[in-house]
Amino acid sequence: MDVVFKKPHALTDAPLHYCPGCTHGIVHRLVAEVLDELGVEGKAVGVASVGCSVMSYNYFGCDMVQAPHGRAQAVATGLRRALPDGVIFTYQGDGDLAAIGTAETVHAATRGENITVIFINNAIYGMTGGQMAPTSLPNQITQTTPYGRDVNSAGFPVRVCEMLSTLDGVALAQRVTVDSVKNVKIAKAAIKKAFQNQIEGKGYSIVEVLSTCPTNWGLSPVDALQWLRDNMIPYYPLGVYKDADKRDNMKGDKE
Amino acid sequence: MAKIIVDENVCKGCALCVNTCPKKIIALSKSKINAKGYHPAELTDENACIGCAFCATMCPDTAITVYK
Ligand SMILES: Cc1ncc(C[n+]2csc(CCOP(=O)(O)OP(=O)(O)O)c2C)c(N)n1
Ligand code: SF4
Ligand code: SF4
Ligand code: SF4
Repeated sequence: MDVVFKKPHALTDAPLHYCPGCTHGIVHRLVAEVLDELGVEGKAVGVASVGCSVMSYNYFGCDMVQAPHGRAQAVATGLRRALPDGVIFTYQGDGDLAAIGTAETVHAATRGENITVIFINNAIYGMTGGQMAPTSLPNQITQTTPYGRDVNSAGFPVRVCEMLSTLDGVALAQRVTVDSVKNVKIAKAAIKKAFQNQIEGKGYSIVEVLSTCPTNWGLSPVDALQWLRDNMIPYYPLGVYKDADKRDNMKGDKE
Repeated sequence: MAKIIVDENVCKGCALCVNTCPKKIIALSKSKINAKGYHPAELTDENACIGCAFCATMCPDTAITVYK
């Protein structure tokens, strides 16, 4: 019998610390599979953020840097400039990327930093115990919104891909999820494209992955996937929001 | 002929593989408990596995290796 599925090389043997059924693990594996398939584990540098994935530096086989909360894309910008041939990516949660790190995100995107951003949207602050995130849904019950997120006082969720898709520096803005085998395959193709864009110099690529937090949602892993389908996908439609080459926006300067 | 091997010490008993298997031949062990305190997933019918790797695709802990 031949092996038809095994752990990718770019994922280390360290056991993941994530809660049972947390889809952070699936996304880690997909990133590692893509690093393997593109043969870039040796020149990749990942930036771990603050959140449950803070220790992702233990799991990816490539070089890793751990950035302060929200600063991953600023660190990635520095790496981009210091290592012109490096394959630079960040791995960030929604609290990190869309709350404390919103400025870094928007400006890295509009500068067209040639980096790959893997964005885990689980509609909550996982690591700190389930507080409301900017991405928490209207009426969603969290530790800090026990009666549900009231949009009158807490405002509306941020749709990151839609927002960034308006910026000329962005090459790819795509929202995917990992709730089924079919969607895992789509997610992997998007992540691969986000890395290929960087290698080809097309500009900033972000893949937003709708992800589960069974622990802080108070659901079993299987029920959490259903909650994601019923509540997150309607508010955060899956799909490609931008697919371009930032260099097309630079032509006017050269002519 | 196909089969899966579950790394019992890595498995967290989340049941995403159980839920995904099209042949419904994975179950969480009733008798075993691993060092972390989880009931690991196990194949209940080796002859029925088609090696589709759906289980491994959904496993967050990459605990499953698939042979065909
Ligand atoms: C400067 C700073 N402010 C606040 C915190 C506390 N903190 C740690 S993780 C986190 C949010 C993490 O949520 P998210 O990015 O959504 O990731 P998840 O844990 O859900 O994967 C916060 C606010 C911190 N570590 N540093
Ligand atoms: S707290 Fe939530 S996001 Fe963090 S590891 Fe657990 S399930 Fe995953
Ligand atoms: S390989 Fe397919 S048939 Fe076999 S156990 Fe896994 S999901 Fe079921
Ligand atoms: S999906 Fe993986 S971790 Fe979850 S029960 Fe199955 S083998 Fe164990």
